[in-house]
Amino acid sequence: MGLTLTWLSVIILIPLAGLFLKTLDLSFEQFWGIVTSRRTLNALKISFGLSFAAACVNLVMGMIVVWALVRYRFPGRRLFDAIVDIPFALPTAVAGIALTQLFAQKGWLGAPLAELGIKVAFTPTGIFIAMIFIGIPFVVRTVQPVLLDLDVEIEEAAASLGASRWHTVFRVILPSLIPALLTGFALAFARAVGEYGSVIFIAGNLPNVSEIAPLLIVIRLSEFRYADATAIAVVMLIASFIIIFAVNRLQRWAQTRIPAH
Amino acid sequence: MSEPQVLTYTPPRDDVHTEPGVIRFVIIALAMLFLLVFVVLPLVVVFASAFSRGVMAYFAALAEPEALSAIRLTLLIAAISVSLNLVFGVIAAWAIAKFDFTGKTLLITLIDLPFSVSPVISGLVFVLLFGAQGFFGPWLQAHDIRILFAVPGIALATIFVTFPFVARALIPLMQEQGTQEEEAAISLGASGLQTFFRVTLPNIKWGLLYGVLLCNARAMGEFGAVSVVSGHIRGETNTMPLLVEILYNEYQFVASFAIASLLAMLALITLVAKTILERRLDEGQVPRDD
Amino acid sequence: MTIEVKNLTKKFGDFAALDNVDLRVADGELLALLGPSGSGKTTLLRIIAGLDWPDSGEVSFDGENALSRGAGERHVGFVFQHYALFRHMTVFENVAFGLRVQPRAIRKDEATIRARVKELLDLVQLDWLSDRYPNQLSGGQRQRIALARALAIEPRILLLDEPFGALDAKVRKELRQWLRALHQEIHVTSIFVTHDQEEALEVANRVVVMDKGRIEQVGTPGDVYDNPATAFVHGFIGESIVLPVEVRDGGVRLDGKALNIAANGYAPGAAKLFVRRHDMQVGPAGSGALEGSVKHVRTFGPIQRAEIALCGGEGKTVIEIDAPRDRELQPGDAVSLQPRRYRIFAAQD
Repeated sequence: MGLTLTWLSVIILIPLAGLFLKTLDLSFEQFWGIVTSRRTLNALKISFGLSFAAACVNLVMGMIVVWALVRYRFPGRRLFDAIVDIPFALPTAVAGIALTQLFAQKGWLGAPLAELGIKVAFTPTGIFIAMIFIGIPFVVRTVQPVLLDLDVEIEEAAASLGASRWHTVFRVILPSLIPALLTGFALAFARAVGEYGSVIFIAGNLPNVSEIAPLLIVIRLSEFRYADATAIAVVMLIASFIIIFAVNRLQRWAQTRIPAH
Repeated sequence: MSEPQVLTYTPPRDDVHTEPGVIRFVIIALAMLFLLVFVVLPLVVVFASAFSRGVMAYFAALAEPEALSAIRLTLLIAAISVSLNLVFGVIAAWAIAKFDFTGKTLLITLIDLPFSVSPVISGLVFVLLFGAQGFFGPWLQAHDIRILFAVPGIALATIFVTFPFVARALIPLMQEQGTQEEEAAISLGASGLQTFFRVTLPNIKWGLLYGVLLCNARAMGEFGAVSVVSGHIRGETNTMPLLVEILYNEYQFVASFAIASLLAMLALITLVAKTILERRLDEGQVPRDD
Repeated sequence: MTIEVKNLTKKFGDFAALDNVDLRVADGELLALLGPSGSGKTTLLRIIAGLDWPDSGEVSFDGENALSRGAGERHVGFVFQHYALFRHMTVFENVAFGLRVQPRAIRKDEATIRARVKELLDLVQLDWLSDRYPNQLSGGQRQRIALARALAIEPRILLLDEPFGALDAKVRKELRQWLRALHQEIHVTSIFVTHDQEEALEVANRVVVMDKGRIEQVGTPGDVYDNPATAFVHGFIGESIVLPVEVRDGGVRLDGKALNIAANGYAPGAAKLFVRRHDMQVGPAGSGALEGSVKHVRTFGPIQRAEIALCGGEGKTVIEIDAPRDRELQPGDAVSLQPRRYRIFAAQD
């Protein structure tokens, strides 16, 4: 027992403590100054804002994908089911350069989009796309088991009571999926916020425009402005903690309202 | 009465269990289109770009000295991370699953921590600890030990971000299996160690393999944390993902994608193995009582 | 609402779930579909509900073809074995569901809906649970709510699929009586499926006994018990003593020995003799159709249940009879048995 705790301390706790210690070298005003500087705020806005938007897209599209995979039979279904995990398994740098290549001006998708006047690579839109990519497995895999477990009798009951298919889906089936959907959303959001490798290639990385918070941290480190980097990291860590906590809460709420059986 | 047999019902349209055909078609089309654009195409682009100058150029890129040294480093780091996390993951899972102690839930949350923290922050933490101005900085310099911008730093950072995989794979498995078999072994006279190696370990072998598989995939592919910690010293502290970045930024696309393609193949193999193992894990489990 | 089913057939691959079934259900009656698993009773129920479709045949409600409508349009209330309550809705919302999803044109206003839901919850005596969620209710409560929910849409027909199958014995008995009382109050044509014969006989106005996709017999509980039409019905309902016999020359023979019972126009050949346990008259040795000796006696209440080994023949045929306690039997006693009532069915079934 002591051994495990020591290990965990070394690996997680002490570094984290180091993190906070460093911040304490700062006065609160200094801390606040760094965190609220224009560039930092913009970076945080971009990271959190685009992550939220991307998670929303994944919420909707993830629901569509999981519905098709679970409820319908079509050629290649097994294959599509397997590839949902690719964004999770693929190393982030590989995903980063692949997406950039795909959406660059001369890329397979970038070119037709450029014709339509839409520039994706090296803009916030690129960041948005990359964040969607990495969030795909989260909603799908979280909702999938719940949808699979759903009792067909519930739909039959709704139908026999006179509900149209629309009503049955939107008033009976989807509401029972809400806890899982929310959990998937939160996980996709949290992942996107902290993402580095997949995003920095396709982002323009222009300060205040297309610079994500993790990149700003790296830049500050390379400038040896350790305090600044730490301050930003602390804000992001606090947000991460809140998100894990919220997800745990959500899961507990789901247990009481809609038990496994 | 000899009336002709009339079909007195319309052919069944199942509006109880599923949507009308048109809607089904649209949903399937949307789903496939989405996955095609966001998942399939990027994967294809990796290989297409890697081979865009032909097969010879591809293998030439892989044979470059810095490519080979990156591959060696990646394999080394993965081996270290996986073996260490294997041991301590088992211990952590064992402690959590079989015992009750204060701080247990905190421990479990902390195990999830590397999962939810940005890899850049993980790297930052190590810089803060072991950098020149870091916590241990002066001590390390005094003893002439280099952690940051050297292999040990990369190893530590990788161990941190890949720690959860083994533990998370084992905890639910061991919890489900309970303590009865171990208790039986002990009551039959087995020592703690014997119980562990003869009873506990065989029971968790598939979960262990699963955790090791994911741990390895992440260890080889880790970018963010390692990027911060490594200093990007070519030929010395570049892992494969880092080399991918450097080559790409220098517009050496074929070389970059060639190495990326190796990592992509690793990802695909990991996925296949993972699917197979998942099926094994599901089968061997407690039967569902309906 | 009368229901008429004609020539209904449904196959799953090679397996015939329903094989040319004909049935008529009278208005307001409470009908039980009784049979073992695989007999087709649930399939029949689901087809009437619109949750499944036949391969051929007709179903009509009050003369109108029902198959041209989907489940939602047939105005049929369905109660599932596992309740199928909507987990994310309160009890109130569950019961109100059918009223809330009606098309705008005929939907009632909220106040009317509320009043109706309250009325129904009062009817099932669960008004006090109105704000709870299904997972906070007991099994018996859930089933009553499921029933209230089905009744909310004012169905012309009520269908119940093994409604008490998931409940424990005591609750099952209580709900049985409760269902019968409820039916007497609301008088909706109702069909319920069960494999529990006691339940069918106790609750229903008429019983439909099914086996292997066919209807074996339709009749009142008394009919089906006292005058079983086929060997299956006799064997399935109540306990029977079954003896292989031969009908020959106007007489009945068991193990080659002639039994002193009338052949009554039964076809000659191999056959089976069915007698209820309590229809065997016990007398002193030598006075009856069958001879045997008592092996074991168990008494409970006014009955003694005796295991009797029959004489003659190759093997030891042991049968169980129920006898009154006016003459106490002892193991080893030599007795004779005379069937008071019996049926003989051809052996091939």
